[in-house]
Amino acid sequence: MNPGHQATRRGFLRLTGLLGLATSALALAPRLALAAWNKSAFETKGLADVYKTLGVVSPVASGDVQINASDIAENGAVVPVEAISKIPNTTQISFLIEKNPTTLTAQFDLGPDMLPEISTRVKMAETSNVIALVKADGKFYTASKEIKVTLGGCGG
Amino acid sequence: MGLPMKIRATNKDGVTEIKVLMNHVMETGLRKDASGQLVPALFITEVTAKLNDKVVMQAQWGQAVARNPYLAFKVKGGKSGDKVSISWKDSSGDTRTDEATVS
Repeated sequence: MNPGHQATRRGFLRLTGLLGLATSALALAPRLALAAWNKSAFETKGLADVYKTLGVVSPVASGDVQINASDIAENGAVVPVEAISKIPNTTQISFLIEKNPTTLTAQFDLGPDMLPEISTRVKMAETSNVIALVKADGKFYTASKEIKVTLGGCGG
Repeated sequence: MGLPMKIRATNKDGVTEIKVLMNHVMETGLRKDASGQLVPALFITEVTAKLNDKVVMQAQWGQAVARNPYLAFKVKGGKSGDKVSISWKDSSGDTRTDEATVS
């Protein structure tokens, strides 16, 4: 056996090993095959344009989606928000801040074991509607709440 | 490498609640420093949460998640002693992974 052949064989084994790993990773998380960071969606301003970028068609305001936050944020740099969905098969929850320089704030893809409840803290440049956008069975549902900001969190 | 996160995972009635406090500047790229210069954007773009090595949640974030991000969520199942792992990647390509045990 010549050394060149050996090297090729090793390379081949390494390659198939990597492929095997990649395949098993996909098999583990079939609903969470996340694409790379969605730059265009995160750099878009305005609800309509973000919806367009995300492929959100006719989102329905739903009482089964809740967005919990205080009415007034004294400091726009730290605004606690919570989204809860009561819609079955919720697979994604996103937070959108209508008047921020970039509207889409965070998008959570939920695996089958997740409860559809997310709490986080966001920055708000000014008083704005904050929207929880829920995806369930390929359809989109929203809840919106206006949060008044006394001191903006994005400026200098 | 990033700075360490604080992770707390508690199981109650068959549901594991995971609370994470990350350590990150989350610069929007819109803020000016004292000398009037724009501070370049640097923020977490991707977050992955695993329970016992199984991915349970993946997130994409923009600039407007608050500095030192806080995140709380709940996962069905899990029990005391299970392993929770949280990873993030930021806009500079830096990454950080921390683990905690469910109590």
